[in-house]
Amino acid sequence: MDLSFTDTQKMLVTEARQFLKSTWGTSMVRKLAEDTKDYSNDLWIAMAELGWMGIVFPQEYGGTGGNLIDLCALVEEMGRHLVPGPFCSSIGLVGLTLLKEADNETRSLMIPKLASGQITATLAVTEETGGLAPEDIETICVRKNDHYILNGIKLFVPDAQNVDYILIAARTGSKPTNISLFLAPTGSDGIDIRAHKTMSFDAQGELRLVNTQLPLSSLIGEFNNGWPLVDRALQLGTMLKCAEMLGGAEIILDKTIEHLQERVQFGRPIGTFQALQHHCANMAIDVEGCRYLTYQAAWSLSQGFNSRKEVSMAKAWVNEAYNRICTLSHQCHGAIGFTMEHDLQLYTRRARVQEQSFGETQFHVEILTKNIGSLRRGSL
Amino acid sequence: MDFRFSLEDERFRTELLLFLKSDTPQPMPFPGNMTDEQEWKLTTVIRRKLAEKGWLTMNWPKSYGGQDASSIRSLIFNEEMSYHLIPGRDVFGSRMLGPTLMIYGSEEQKEEFLPPISEGRVQWCQGYSEPESGSDLASLRTQAEDMGDHYLVNGGKVWTSMAHKADWMMLLARTNPTAPKHRGISFFLLDMRTHGIEIKPIINMAGRHEFNQIFFDNVRIPKDKLVGEEGQGWYVAVTLLDFERSGIDYAAQAKRLLDDLTGYVIKAQEAGNHRLSKWWINDLLAKLYIDTEVAKLISYRTAWLQSQHIVPTKEASMSKVFGSETFQKVAAAGLKILGLYAPLTSDDDHSALSGYVQECWRYSFMNTIAAGTSEIQRNIIANRGLKLPRN
Ligand SMILES: Cc1cc2nc3c(=O)[nH]c(=O)nc-3n(C[C@H](O)[C@H](O)[C@H](O)COP(=O)(O)OP(=O)(O)OC[C@H]3O[C@@H](n4cnc5c(N)ncnc54)[C@H](O)[C@@H]3O)c2cc1C
Repeated sequence: MDLSFTDTQKMLVTEARQFLKSTWGTSMVRKLAEDTKDYSNDLWIAMAELGWMGIVFPQEYGGTGGNLIDLCALVEEMGRHLVPGPFCSSIGLVGLTLLKEADNETRSLMIPKLASGQITATLAVTEETGGLAPEDIETICVRKNDHYILNGIKLFVPDAQNVDYILIAARTGSKPTNISLFLAPTGSDGIDIRAHKTMSFDAQGELRLVNTQLPLSSLIGEFNNGWPLVDRALQLGTMLKCAEMLGGAEIILDKTIEHLQERVQFGRPIGTFQALQHHCANMAIDVEGCRYLTYQAAWSLSQGFNSRKEVSMAKAWVNEAYNRICTLSHQCHGAIGFTMEHDLQLYTRRARVQEQSFGETQFHVEILTKNIGSLRRGSL
Repeated sequence: MDFRFSLEDERFRTELLLFLKSDTPQPMPFPGNMTDEQEWKLTTVIRRKLAEKGWLTMNWPKSYGGQDASSIRSLIFNEEMSYHLIPGRDVFGSRMLGPTLMIYGSEEQKEEFLPPISEGRVQWCQGYSEPESGSDLASLRTQAEDMGDHYLVNGGKVWTSMAHKADWMMLLARTNPTAPKHRGISFFLLDMRTHGIEIKPIINMAGRHEFNQIFFDNVRIPKDKLVGEEGQGWYVAVTLLDFERSGIDYAAQAKRLLDDLTGYVIKAQEAGNHRLSKWWINDLLAKLYIDTEVAKLISYRTAWLQSQHIVPTKEASMSKVFGSETFQKVAAAGLKILGLYAPLTSDDDHSALSGYVQECWRYSFMNTIAAGTSEIQRNIIANRGLKLPRN
């Protein structure tokens, strides 16, 4: 057993933190929000220069051959600093799916560009129901001669407005799991993308497909048998979402402790009040839970094990724990935490959006009930 | 024991509801769907109407333009106003300052300041908190120096709600820097048009301009605007904090939000929405239904104690903590119920309930801090209420 990062991973974390501290701050998150942009090209290029987009790809594709724990550690740092941009979507959702499932030609065309940050991509699954089961997919694809035609509306697609390619999950047969995946450039005819307007400064969008024609080569994986690919991509995406949230949870605890040491009321630092000490102790337990459930999920996925249970435990816990942490932090900060000027609300708002993406708590709890021992299916 | 309201009280409730139907916009736009200016305009219009009805200061004695209403009557009024999201009530003037002036004010002060409040013609603000003095209010540093025929005020305030719309401020300032901290404070009435006052907006987490930072640079206050004795200000202010604290506003807000969410879910279930038909949604709503009932009952009990002329110290704190935390829970549950739709703001084509739930949720961080944090309230419950030894 070893519950720590390797030296290389520690170095990666230190470097990432230093880099983000010096080049990226919440003032820039705010500036993006004011300019109604949700993505910084300069930052993206700088991250690419550091080789971050290539971290999990093999060297033959221009990557550095790291594993999912490396990726998790990096995303955790990005979460700490509210780094915008389609990193997890490009690398975790699309890059790793293509690496495993695309044919050689697509792979050698796409992966080096993804690994160098030259192009970006995302995965479109959810629709009107907001659900993450194959039954929720109604976007339809039919084959007509030498191309595919897609019709449907995808909602809540992460980073939709900021990517060059979208991997689209569409229904191609009548059985619930008859789903296939198609890779489409976002500039294609018949593709219309609109950004959602949200209370956070996160990027998600609506994707409208109206008689969108795609070549036969756009199919990724097997026709009618794409759901396992989606499922795996979602598991990876869920783990990375947890990592992002873990980063946020850590920095919120750090900042809260700082505030409790500095703020004086009744002639002493408010950190001396046991009511607040207990708040912090509870937050620290929650952070610890977030951390090791997330790392366990990352490790399990990196080993190629069946990780459904680990991933769902992590997301179900992190959803609740991170929001508890934010709420307690507001409580500890007093009025200053209720202002736009203060950074806390940036995280609090994002946390509620993150809670919903890649499966709300109850979604993952349900998965667990089907995967813990031989629990009987309850009646309604 | 009887959990019902009296017939006269029920009649009042009906009259109030009819008035709200005929004299306020129907349906009342959600706060998030109005600009700050639109909301302020509506506030002033409705306030005048409430004043005409005598309801604005119903809790005041008849001799001061009130209706001698019981605390139960006020409870009903506040419950319905909060539930129906109606702006226009006057927390600072009618609930706080008026009753205080009746005890501590001079005859001239009562004559000058009470009528404009009961007629709904004036906006007051509360200048207590300072950057270094929040929960520890008695440590406040803003100075009022006795200059013979006037006081000269220097320093500043923060979190001052509605200061940018206010005509007058209830100001706590230190008149004796060497006295023990509770004894060196005085209570003033400050005309907000006085030279030397600077108001800087602070935008809150919901994106609204409600509170402000205030700077005083040699601000002159005439001597006759001191309330009570010099050095007595802390006690004047504390009296004022004890007025009208049933906590029903929090409970009613929570109940309203829960009812809206329940209505939303029922509609969705009828339309065959699979996700919103799951057991946990119903379970969540039912549990919160109980919580809002508890919040309501604690408030009712608090108001009832007041009607029996018992000071409900512990109960008032309980209803404040529990009510504000229940609202927070309901709002967070609302986000869970709306799922991926929850973060969408009113200007998104797909937004649910006009983005009102995320707005409520953002606001829900306010009331566990304002007017005494939950921690301070729990200290009060433990020390004053349960007689546990003080730390
Ligand atoms: C929306 C809003 C509107 C407001 N409007 C006004 C207004 O109009 N006029 C006005 O004067 N003020 C106003 N306030 C200020 C309000 O009164 C203060 O925010 C409140 O008293 C808390 O002070 P603080 O924010 O400085 O927090 P702090 O006092 O710094 O508290 C920080 C943390 O320390 C804890 N703490 C402090 N002392 C103790 C203790 N003894 N034991 C345990 N825990 C403790 C608190 O509970 C909190 O968790 C408003 C505040 C808000 C949020």
